[in-house]
Amino acid sequence: MDKTDYSMLGKIAGMSSIPSVGAYNIRKNGVGIERRSTENIEITPKKDNPGIDIRIKPGTKAEKVHIPVIITEEGVNDLVYNDFYIGEGADVEIVAGCGIHNSGCKTSEHDGIHRFFIGRNAKVRYVEKHYGEGEGTGKRILNPTTQVYMQENSYCEMETVQIKGVDSTVRETTAELAEGAKFVVLEKLMTHGSQKAQSNMTVNLNGSDSSAQIVSRSVAKDTSEQVFKPTAVGNAYCKAHVQCDSIIMDGAKISSVPAITANNADAHIVHEAAIGRINNDQLLKLMTFGMNEQEAEDVIIQGFLS
Amino acid sequence: MLEIKNLSFTVENGNTETGIVNDISMTVPDGRLIVITGPNGGGKSTLARLIMGIEKPTGGQIIFNNEDITNLSISERAKKGIGYAFQQPPRFKGLTVRRLLSLAHGSELPEDRCCSYLTKVGLCSQDYLNREVDSSLSGGEVKRIEIATLMARELLLAIYDEPEAGIDLWSFTMLVDSFKSMMADRKESVVIISHQERIMKLADEIIIIADGKIRAQGSRDEIFPKLMGEFDNACKFREQSV
Repeated sequence: MDKTDYSMLGKIAGMSSIPSVGAYNIRKNGVGIERRSTENIEITPKKDNPGIDIRIKPGTKAEKVHIPVIITEEGVNDLVYNDFYIGEGADVEIVAGCGIHNSGCKTSEHDGIHRFFIGRNAKVRYVEKHYGEGEGTGKRILNPTTQVYMQENSYCEMETVQIKGVDSTVRETTAELAEGAKFVVLEKLMTHGSQKAQSNMTVNLNGSDSSAQIVSRSVAKDTSEQVFKPTAVGNAYCKAHVQCDSIIMDGAKISSVPAITANNADAHIVHEAAIGRINNDQLLKLMTFGMNEQEAEDVIIQGFLS
Repeated sequence: MLEIKNLSFTVENGNTETGIVNDISMTVPDGRLIVITGPNGGGKSTLARLIMGIEKPTGGQIIFNNEDITNLSISERAKKGIGYAFQQPPRFKGLTVRRLLSLAHGSELPEDRCCSYLTKVGLCSQDYLNREVDSSLSGGEVKRIEIATLMARELLLAIYDEPEAGIDLWSFTMLVDSFKSMMADRKESVVIISHQERIMKLADEIIIIADGKIRAQGSRDEIFPKLMGEFDNACKFREQSV
């Protein structure tokens, strides 16, 4: 692990060093390089596929797991399967994230396939940050697939952030909610240059009294393109709210296609979507604080994606 | 001291030019509180926006503390100590009240300072510090926060553009009270654009602007009785009181 590694770990997982407590797994250039299990959280490599199984004992409280991935070489194509088994009544935070530093001319890609099996009454907060850097012309590609299976009265909060520097991303997310389960998603994404981002999400509310809140906020600069397709499907007495909100700049293109389906008369589902420029009065207001236009724009974007 | 010399602002409308501000000259001596009033569409807000630099004049000069600031940008004027409270303040998704006050101040403000500003504008600070300045706030709440952003700055000249606009009767009474106490211990010069009798009563001097020109100006005791007489129809401030 060198300086670049730690700099990227800091950006994607808030780690400036190896955590002194708690379970973690660090994957670099397609190989697991450091790992620690704890009494309640066991991390084991998969036998049939690249990737790990993370098993969290029932009743585990207030513990954190860090599973960051970094790629520092060009031409890496890393496909990884990670499965999370969260025991009944556990309450944990999982910090993932992927950083690519590509100084070469060949594409580096990380495709993480994550499955979450969340037990009854368990509570999970999942944070995932994606970031790309490097002076090379090689593309930085991240295609995460996330599948969430939620048992009765479980709670899952997912915050996914694409900070910058990712040339192409296609996110595929699905969730299945049993009775009383609650799924909260906050997706934040910024694209610039000629980057492309697509996020497809389907949340099936299968159990009575289940609920979902899906919020996506994005900023598209330069000639980048974004497509959002979040879908909520109500199959029982349930509540869901889908919201897409984007700031469009320069020559960017954004398409927001929130969809809602009710297969049960007791489903209550709402969607809203908005795309627009930065409001001129917002810029003027911040300029009356002494900022120049660029500084004002940065503050507005930073706030919007905070 | 702010000196406005022969200031004009015209807009082109097809082939004709319409004067919004026509050859206005006035001064705001240090520490004075001046209320500008007059009918809607008379040029008051444009004058305020010209002083802040949001609009560029088509003629005349603006001198601030002996320096010609006519061609300075908004942010350059801000750095010289001029502040402007918008008539319709914009909202910011994701920016908390605390962050907005810190941005106004120019550096991170300690919690107790933020709280004291919010208390002064009649907001219960603990309820508001971490709220976002977005559409979840009412018009009255946003206006109060707008006033607090001016307090968070160290200003030499504060301009308030119709602080009462968009505020309900209940909030307005509290707003006037907060303005009263704010004005009592202020150091900066203040220009308030207002239609409200109770705000005019705080003024050292009142200026009446209509059709882009100064129609009358003088001390509060001199101008205030006139508002009840000859300018009553033009100003309509009593009908517009909330």
